[in-house]
Amino acid sequence: MTTTKGNFASSVWNFFCSLKLTIFLLIGLAVASIIGTVVQQNASPEQYLKEYSEATIRLFSALNFFDMYHSWWFILLLYLLTVNLVACSIKRLPRDLKMVSTPTLILNEGLEKSLSCVEHHKTSGNATTLRDRMVEFLRQEFAAPQVTEDKGVYHLFAQKNLYSRFGVYFLHFSIIVIFIGAMTGSYFGYKGFVNIEEGSGVSEVYKRPAVGEHMETQEQLAKRTINLGFTVRCDKFTVSFYDNGAPKEFKSILSVIENGKPVIDRRPIIVNDPLTYKGITFYQASYSPAGEPVFHLTARNRKNNTQTKLAVRQSDRIALPDGAYLQALEYTQEIKPFIPQLSGPALKVALITKTGEPQSFLLLRNYPDFDVERGGDLIFTYDSVDEKWQTGLQVAKDPGVWIVWAGCALMVIGICMAFFLSHRRIWVRVESGRITIGGTANKNQAAFQLFFDRLLEKLGKT
Amino acid sequence: MSSSFLFNITTLSYLVSMVIFFVFLGSRNKTIGYAGSIAAYFGFIVQTVAIGLRWKESYVLGVGHAPLSNLYESVVFFSWTIILIFALIDFKYKYQAVGAFVVPFALLGMAWAQLGLHSGIDPLVPALQSNWLLYHVITCFLGYASFAVACGVSIMYLIKARHESATGNVSAGSIIALFPSAKMLDDLNYKAIMIGFPLLTLGIITGAAWANYAWGTYWSWDPKETWSLIVWFIYAAFLHARITRGWVGKRAAVLSIIGFIATIFCYLGVNLLLSGLHSYGGG
Repeated sequence: MTTTKGNFASSVWNFFCSLKLTIFLLIGLAVASIIGTVVQQNASPEQYLKEYSEATIRLFSALNFFDMYHSWWFILLLYLLTVNLVACSIKRLPRDLKMVSTPTLILNEGLEKSLSCVEHHKTSGNATTLRDRMVEFLRQEFAAPQVTEDKGVYHLFAQKNLYSRFGVYFLHFSIIVIFIGAMTGSYFGYKGFVNIEEGSGVSEVYKRPAVGEHMETQEQLAKRTINLGFTVRCDKFTVSFYDNGAPKEFKSILSVIENGKPVIDRRPIIVNDPLTYKGITFYQASYSPAGEPVFHLTARNRKNNTQTKLAVRQSDRIALPDGAYLQALEYTQEIKPFIPQLSGPALKVALITKTGEPQSFLLLRNYPDFDVERGGDLIFTYDSVDEKWQTGLQVAKDPGVWIVWAGCALMVIGICMAFFLSHRRIWVRVESGRITIGGTANKNQAAFQLFFDRLLEKLGKT
Repeated sequence: MSSSFLFNITTLSYLVSMVIFFVFLGSRNKTIGYAGSIAAYFGFIVQTVAIGLRWKESYVLGVGHAPLSNLYESVVFFSWTIILIFALIDFKYKYQAVGAFVVPFALLGMAWAQLGLHSGIDPLVPALQSNWLLYHVITCFLGYASFAVACGVSIMYLIKARHESATGNVSAGSIIALFPSAKMLDDLNYKAIMIGFPLLTLGIITGAAWANYAWGTYWSWDPKETWSLIVWFIYAAFLHARITRGWVGKRAAVLSIIGFIATIFCYLGVNLLLSGLHSYGGG
């Protein structure tokens, strides 16, 4: 009974230690990830109906294809990978630790046969002199050796980069550290969003809705509300453009007020330069108009040159001195993307005359005479706009992020150790009139062979 | 002298280099092989100057930024990194025939960039205004280039191995006799991936660090991120198969080619076919 149990346990253990499993898991994760990029993730049911038949949708949803990276089987693959690499490490580690605690010091016949690089060297001199010469030689050309005497024969052992053997453990451990960081972030952190109107402040933000929730009640919204414990105020938002009309900079001036006192005063944030306070970071993400803009225009009478200042709200129309009406239709801060020959702010207005024939045309800030050509009795210029913005801020709290970075650093260190360094060992057996040298490396044997040959060449010269 | 003129010379040099390498395969004359390398290095130097000049030109235009911001610039940089990795391997191992299988990748990139892509210097949109752009793009593309070299070497391996198994032994007169031995090619494939994998890892980490700095999320399963991870999984599988199970030879070569196809999909396919945060694909 115990033997079957033992067999079963050991076959489970072997299964988790196997590299076949590693390769299967890596390829499985790759395939699942591909599915996740081909099938749109977390879209609304209507969108899926447009793309797939109902039967396909049922199948995909049963297989969790619509939320691949949170599906139970994707996560299971990640857990299995974790177990797999822990098991592999446990299996291999004792062997490598033994190399640290009890290195092989003696070059006996068995070891000699197992080494790919071995050289015999006949020379004059007694064992002690030769031993001292070889110790000095290894110290100069390789590493200081450990000397062991065994029945009148001296054995020298020297090694380099022993610790590179542990790079692979660092690397594997780093993956677990990154997972721990990711979990810490998802349990103790949140991602949210908030819009702040210029001149006002908020002390609550909203967590992103849970995956798959497309409609929600007030209660659910309340559940997603997070109290910051301080107030963030947007003092000003500005956007600037390049000459070609592409956006150049989105900037919010933010202040943080805690217990009625400003703790951060008017700090500008832009994309790629966020603000962090008490572990909560605010990122510039978007912007939108807050309330209706008011446009300031001047109407000049073509005949007598009298000027009238006008202020138009976007939704309103205003009466003009001659009894017609003017309405603002749409506007932009930069006309260039629409009409490449022109630049600057533009406003499209509609003129409704008494005869009832509406007429719409553009007014351009940078070209005050633009409207002369239209030939109307009133010539309009677009002087300025009062617009209020609200800035859109991404809000994130992620206490796990430093664990993730620690994991990444460990991973890079581990990779460098495991990929670019090899554990090189050299043994020398000194008898009187005879030296035997052998060596090995745990990686890149070809490069070690070259090194070994050069070493022998130098030895021949001494 | 403008950078676009120098880029044309670069393209021409890579074309000349490729033709010389093909002639070398036919003639088996070592001097011709050196000429192929020299043409490639000449192109590389001209290209280096051109990239520097384009960087300077962007400052003259008042939109100064490293020339790594749109599809044209990235393709040009990709072909530069391919020749760089080729040079490293050429200097170290001196297998001239490898040039015939690697230089065409660089030429393809340059020709596509010069003939088919919008080459204007555009100002940087706010999302790209960061030093992370430099670290992220350089590490990623050096990684991609190593995989390109590994792929070229793997194609050579498959040709060589097929020939060896068909004829038993390669006759001295055949072009394929010029190839390094199958064992060498297999080893070279592995070495190129040993360079590429750490660089790709750094590329993914710098990308995550940048995303965290710009958006507050280091990983959001965006298609580009996901595909870079897919490529990472494939090469991780390659390394594990290789190190510990002795998956050498044909299967390693095939896996390396699959890895490079995934790399190219990650680089171009994602932008052209899927949607996401790396928006240069539209250019």
